[in-house]
Amino acid sequence: MTKTTKLLTGIMLVASLTLTACGAKNNNNGGGAASPSASPSASPIASESASPSDAVDGKGFKFGMVTDVGGVNDKSFNQSAWEGLNKLKDETGAEVKYQESKEATNYLTNLNKFVRDGYNLTWGIGFLLGDAVKDAADKNPDAHLAIIDSVVEAPNVASITFAENEGSFLVGVVAGLMTKTNKIGFVGGIDIPVIKRFELGFVAGVAAVNPDAKVEINYTGAFDKADLGKAAAASIYNAGADIVFHAAGGTGNGVFNEAKERNKSAAADKKVWVIGVDKDQSLEFGDDVTLTSMLKRVDEAVYRVSKEMIEGNFPAGQITTLGLKDNAVGLPETSTKNVPQEVLDKVEEYKQKIISGEITVPTAQ
Amino acid sequence: MNKLIKAFTKDSAIVPLVAILLGLIVGAIIMLIGGYDPILAYRSLLDTVFGNRYDFGETLTAITPILFTGLAVAFAFRTGLFNIGAEGQYIMGMTGATVIGVTMNLPWYIHAPLAVVVGALVGGVWGMIAGYLKAARGVNEVITTIMLNWIALHLANYIVRRFLLEPGKGRSYMVDDSASVAIGWLSRFMDDARMHWGMVVALLGVIFFYYFLWRTKQGFELRVVGSNPDAANYAGISVNKGVVKAMFISGALAGLAGVFQVLGVFHNQVISAGHTGHGFDGIAVALLGGNNPLGVLLGAILFGVLSYGAAGVSFGADVPPEIIRIVIGSVIFFVAAPGIIRWLLKRVSGKKRKEEAI
Repeated sequence: MTKTTKLLTGIMLVASLTLTACGAKNNNNGGGAASPSASPSASPIASESASPSDAVDGKGFKFGMVTDVGGVNDKSFNQSAWEGLNKLKDETGAEVKYQESKEATNYLTNLNKFVRDGYNLTWGIGFLLGDAVKDAADKNPDAHLAIIDSVVEAPNVASITFAENEGSFLVGVVAGLMTKTNKIGFVGGIDIPVIKRFELGFVAGVAAVNPDAKVEINYTGAFDKADLGKAAAASIYNAGADIVFHAAGGTGNGVFNEAKERNKSAAADKKVWVIGVDKDQSLEFGDDVTLTSMLKRVDEAVYRVSKEMIEGNFPAGQITTLGLKDNAVGLPETSTKNVPQEVLDKVEEYKQKIISGEITVPTAQ
Repeated sequence: MNKLIKAFTKDSAIVPLVAILLGLIVGAIIMLIGGYDPILAYRSLLDTVFGNRYDFGETLTAITPILFTGLAVAFAFRTGLFNIGAEGQYIMGMTGATVIGVTMNLPWYIHAPLAVVVGALVGGVWGMIAGYLKAARGVNEVITTIMLNWIALHLANYIVRRFLLEPGKGRSYMVDDSASVAIGWLSRFMDDARMHWGMVVALLGVIFFYYFLWRTKQGFELRVVGSNPDAANYAGISVNKGVVKAMFISGALAGLAGVFQVLGVFHNQVISAGHTGHGFDGIAVALLGGNNPLGVLLGAILFGVLSYGAAGVSFGADVPPEIIRIVIGSVIFFVAAPGIIRWLLKRVSGKKRKEEAI
C-alpha cells in the first residue's frame, strides 16, 4: 500500500511540475484550433455582398456552429460554413466557434453547449441536425438557432435551404455537352431530399442538352466515407463513364482520388473528370481532374444570415430558399480552364431561362 | 471498507490506475507539442462533466451504452469467447426496439417493457448465431461476429428503409411515446438532459453479471467452460450448450445498449453508413475493467467521462477532440501492455528497497 501511494504521489508530482511549467508558457496560444486561413477566395459568384462599405460592428456578438459527423475539414459543406463565419469574424469582429460532432448523440449536446453559453446564434450545419435543432429550439425559446438544408418549424429558428436542383442543372448541361462516351455518373451521399435535388437537377440538365447520354446513379449512404466514394466512382468509371458528379461531402474525396489514379495511367483521350460540389473543388483537387463544381454558397448564407443577426433583422421562423437568382448556386469562375466558352455560353443561356421561369427544374419536396 | 481498499490495491487494480495516469500524461505531452495548455484542457474536461446538471446527466447517458457493451464483452470473455460482435448485437437490439416502438400502439406499461425485451432478445439471438456456429461447426467466433456486425448494419438499414422510413427524413418514424423509457422528472431535474431508465438497468446488469457467474450453478458451469473446456467436458458440463448460452446472454446485454439508445435518447433509428463504435468501445471497457463487473463499471465511467468531456475540451480550451481520443488510445495501450507498467513499478519499488538497505 505505502509503496504504491509513494509511487503515485511521485508520478503526480513530476507530472504537475512538468505540466504547469510548460503550460504557463503556452497560455496565450489557446485559440489555435480555429483558424483555417483560406477564407474569402475571391467570391466569384456572389459579388453583391463584397462591398466593404456596409461594415457592421459585431463586437460582443457570439456565433457558434455545430458540424455534422463530416467534421469541419470535410473540404465541402461544413468547411464552407466555417469559412462563412470566419469571414464574419474578420469583417465585424464577432466571436465565432465550432463544435464537431463525432456521432449523432452529440448533435443536441453540442448545440446546447452554445445555446446555454449564451451565444447569439447557433448554426446547425446540415440536414442531419434537423431533429436536434428542433429540440434545442423548443426547449430554449429565448435562444436563436439557424439550420442549413432543412426546414425546422419553430419561431426562433431560421431555416436556409438551397435550390440545388437549379445549380445541378447547369453542371448537368456541362456534363451532357462534354461527355465523349455518353455515359455520366452521379455519386450521392445519403438519399435525402437535399441530395435528391442535386440528382434530379443534374439528370434534367444532362437530358436537356444530350438526350442520348445515360446517367448512372449511385448513393453511398454516407457523407464521411471516402472509401465508399472511391468504390462507387470506380464502378461507374469501369462502366464507361467519363464524368462523375458527386454530391457526397467527404465521401466525394474518394471520387476525386479514384479519378486522379485513373488519369495517371490513362491515355489523354481516356481522361476522366469529376464535377465537384459545394465549394470550388478545383482549388482543392486540381484542374487536371476537376471539370467544374456546383457551388453551393453555404458560406454566403451563413455569413449573410449571421450578419442580419448583428443588424437586428434575423429571419426567425422563416424559410429562406436560395437559388440561381440569388447567386447562391452555380459554377465558379475557374470553370473557364476546362470548359470551352461555347459550353459556358450554353450554361449562361440555361441559367437565364431558369431565372426567368421558362424552364422549371424538377425538385424533391 | 478494508475489503474495498484491498480490492483496489491489488495488482489488477494498480495496473489500470497507472495506465490511466500514463495515458493522461501522454495526452498532456501531445497537447504541449501542439501548443495547447493541458491543465486548462483537463480542467475544462472536468468542468464539462461535473460543471452543471445538464452535462452531468448527459455524461451518464453517454456512459450507459458502453457499460452495457462492456458487460457483454466481459461476459463472453468469462466463458472463453471473444465477442467482437457487440456492435452488431447493439444494432440488432436497436432495430428490435424500433420495430416494436414504431409499429405497435399499446399502453405504456406493456409497450416499453415489450420493446426492451424484444430488443434484448433480438440482440441475444444475433449473438447466439455466432455461438451456435462455434458449437455446431467449430467456426471461430471472432470471425463470425465480425462478419455479423456488417450483416447487422445493412440488415438494420434495410429494415428501416423498407418498412419504417419517414419520408424525406433519412430515419425511421419516431417511436411511440408509450414506448419511451425517458424519465421525465429526472430530465427536468437535470436541466433537460436526456435521462432514461437504461442507466438503472445497466447497473442491474452489473449485479446480474456478478450474481449469475459467481452465485449460480449455471454461471459456475460457464466459467468452467471458459477456463478449461476439456475439464468442463470431463466433469459432464456441456461445452456447446455453454457457448451458445453465453453468446445469447452477451448478445442480449449488447442489445440492451441499443434498445435504450433508441427508446431513451434518439426515439428513432437512422439509416447509418457505419458503426457507432459503442460495441468496439465495449471491448476496451472490458479490457480496462479486467472482465470484472465492478471493473467494467469503472472502465465505462472513465470512457464516458473522457468521450463526453472531449467536446468540452474543444469548447473550453480549443483543443481538438482528437487529442482526447489519443488519451483514450494510450490508456488502452498501457492497459494492454501491463508489462511496461510492472517494469515501471518494479524499478521504482526496487530503488526504494536499495535506499532502505543503505
